[in-house]
Amino acid sequence: MHLPRKRKSSAFGDVLFFNVSRAFAALVLVTLAGIIVSLCYGAWPSIERFGPAFLIGSDWNPPAERFGALIPMYGTLITSIIALLIAVPVSFGIGLFLTELSPVWLRRPLGIAIELLAGIPSIVYGMWGLLVFAPIVSEYLQPFLTGTLGTIPGIGALFRGPPLGIGLLTAGIILAIMIIPFIASVMRDVFEVTPRMLKESAFGLGATTWEVVWCIVLPYTKVGVIGGIILGLGRALGETMAVTFVIGNNNVLDTISLYAPGNSITSALANEFAEAGEGMYSAALVELGLILFLITFVVLSLSKILLLRLAGHEGAQT
Amino acid sequence: MTEPRIPAAPEVQLSIRGLSFYYGNYQALKNITMDVYKARVTAFIGPSGCGKSTLLRALNRMYALYPEQRAEGKLLLDGKNLLDSDIDLNDLRARIGMVFQKPTPFPMSIYENIAFGVRLHESLTRAQMDDRVEWALRKAALWDEAKDKLSQSGMSLSGGQQQRLCIARGIAVHPEILLLDEPTSALDPISTAKIEELIHDLKQEFTIVIVTHNMQQAARVSDYTAYMYLGEVIEFGDTDDLFIAPKNKQTEDYITGRFG
Amino acid sequence: MNLRGRRKMVNRIALGLSLVAMSFGLFWLCWILYTVFHLGLGGLSLDLFTKMTPPPGSPGGLMNAIVGSLVMVGLATLIGTPIGVMAGVYLSEYGQRTALGFSTRFINDILLSAPSIVIGLFIYAVYVAQVGKFSAMAGVLALALIVIPVVVRTTENMLLLIPNSLREAAFALGAPKWIVISRVTVRSAKAGIVTGVLLAVARISGETAPLLFTALSNQFWSLNLNEPMANLPVTIFKFAMSPFTDWQQLAWAGVFLITMGVLALNVAARAFFSEQTKS
Repeated sequence: MHLPRKRKSSAFGDVLFFNVSRAFAALVLVTLAGIIVSLCYGAWPSIERFGPAFLIGSDWNPPAERFGALIPMYGTLITSIIALLIAVPVSFGIGLFLTELSPVWLRRPLGIAIELLAGIPSIVYGMWGLLVFAPIVSEYLQPFLTGTLGTIPGIGALFRGPPLGIGLLTAGIILAIMIIPFIASVMRDVFEVTPRMLKESAFGLGATTWEVVWCIVLPYTKVGVIGGIILGLGRALGETMAVTFVIGNNNVLDTISLYAPGNSITSALANEFAEAGEGMYSAALVELGLILFLITFVVLSLSKILLLRLAGHEGAQT
Repeated sequence: MTEPRIPAAPEVQLSIRGLSFYYGNYQALKNITMDVYKARVTAFIGPSGCGKSTLLRALNRMYALYPEQRAEGKLLLDGKNLLDSDIDLNDLRARIGMVFQKPTPFPMSIYENIAFGVRLHESLTRAQMDDRVEWALRKAALWDEAKDKLSQSGMSLSGGQQQRLCIARGIAVHPEILLLDEPTSALDPISTAKIEELIHDLKQEFTIVIVTHNMQQAARVSDYTAYMYLGEVIEFGDTDDLFIAPKNKQTEDYITGRFG
Repeated sequence: MNLRGRRKMVNRIALGLSLVAMSFGLFWLCWILYTVFHLGLGGLSLDLFTKMTPPPGSPGGLMNAIVGSLVMVGLATLIGTPIGVMAGVYLSEYGQRTALGFSTRFINDILLSAPSIVIGLFIYAVYVAQVGKFSAMAGVLALALIVIPVVVRTTENMLLLIPNSLREAAFALGAPKWIVISRVTVRSAKAGIVTGVLLAVARISGETAPLLFTALSNQFWSLNLNEPMANLPVTIFKFAMSPFTDWQQLAWAGVFLITMGVLALNVAARAFFSEQTKS
């Protein structure tokens, strides 16, 4: 009862489908290459003219066509550091709470709430930061910090100055709120991969919850935790709108005070690029973008490698 | 359940000649030679890891999906070696159908589950397709339960019904041989009995090869049985003979439960 | 205090602090949502949806910005989704262990978190600068580039969850690979893929940075893809940074719309996913 089979052009369909899917996968790589090439090309006049001095020059003078990246780079770095200093301990606490402390029925809703925090568009953070949060910072937080941390010799200088509300400190705090969900959800996920047996044997020895987390879970998941922190750093470095609203957009740097308004790479681009037109001004801004992309590329690669390492020794796929 | 004795001298449908199988460097089947007879049920039995499923999956070249697996030797169907590289795999699988351990309904309606395979190989009119679906469901003893919900998802059926749907889907393509890989291992006893009954009916039209870890099942449903151990066929013959008077000591130990 | 008592106290303090951290996180969520509701709800009116963005000092709405955003987000999703799904299919079904598969997976995860403003710069360089003007099409392309990595990641993850036995069952009927993938595998993963697309839509709905120098904005009504097009995020940026209270009021209303839209998409995506995977 072997019937004559209908021959469909299945081979053709197979070849076409395979090649289309492969081409689109390759498109992802082409995009990355395209980004790097186009940024290098656009930045070339500036690279050629200023050379490595671009990285340490603190001048940002469009009419005179003198450009240096120091102030925006400083702003990007400082705000990201402030963000990490706040976000890391808080995220660790949230991860700990969600995996060990929270009643089971609350875990999912709380986890979703934290993820929603990540879902809020950055422009909302920015506008809220400028119109709601910054006035409160200048009214209450900055005077408070000046009166306490500001009196400490040495680092006190960071917390002195006119309480403007907008500036590096406020930008850093808002960045912290934005990256908490990213770091916290990675921490929760990696804490959850710790084998039950490992934790139970420590509990079996009479360890407290905290001792189990600090001495067993954290060392076991160290690589993943660091990966999550670096992922948050990558986000902070590249965040645009939330920073642009509150950083003050000031290209002068004459104080180490964190209250001072400054500029970041992203806010310089957001504010100035559309009006820069062609020429050296635009090339210098593109070079800023190139620097930002290269830094985040390295940071995000590092994070990805660390997270893959953790998944590797778990034998699971992320 | 006593079966009528099978008349002697059945026709050979598929000849396995010197078949060896490798997972990478590991040799899972060693030089297997045996025949599968037309319109009969052949069972492969043996302890876990003996290669019975591997042998079954070699027959429709399912292993070709995995680059590190390969087979050597000959599988002769109508005088052609199925292991030849010029064999069209899609055609081959239309001629040799397969049903798996766990039911695998596709994410579509009951009707579409069956029409899916048929459409791959034949162009039928709507009416012809309706007939084919009904025919396959009747053959699989599912028509009465499913006729009023043909447009519902295949997932909405019970486990045993899903497995019969998979059998219907397999036979709708009109294969010559049907491979069953432990088809009842995920089912309850009642569903298992239904499937066994079905196998008995289906062998009128299809050559059936079944892998089972359940010796009683092999004894109940099959005409021929091959006992396998460590990648070799230790004994192959008429099921009744093999179970009543095994020629080989190893086979005897296994079927009497001293080993396995 | 004895050792046991001290250990217990440390434990209490640590767990207490974790509760504080959790509340700290929720506190900001609640505060931001409260502000958005409080200041945004007041600006809601029919005019918002039926009037154009006004010059300062005169009444108006956000109609052109809302429509522009819908158009650009819609087109970007239409372009990005098939590309992302196909690339995800490649990663899961063809290139699992190939060099292309490995590098694509790695680079995709980096693009997933890459600064979106750099995507804007890229599209500016390869499109706006070449065509010679800002246009909605450039904005659409920039947003599509953000959609792709999100869809690639979820598609691959969801396809990897599909048991191999289902693929084998389709192959066993003699189906060629592309039919197995398109009719069986992708279809089984549909719920997860749709969820991924919804999350991607949520992500680009609020993206501002990549539009700043691609679509720019437009004070007037325009549906021409070759002209700058008004959109909510850039309009909010412009209005919020302005000193005019009526513009700020409109910006709050816009922020309310975007936040609600994005949160609704997030919740809908999750609800849809758990609904579909339950049965």
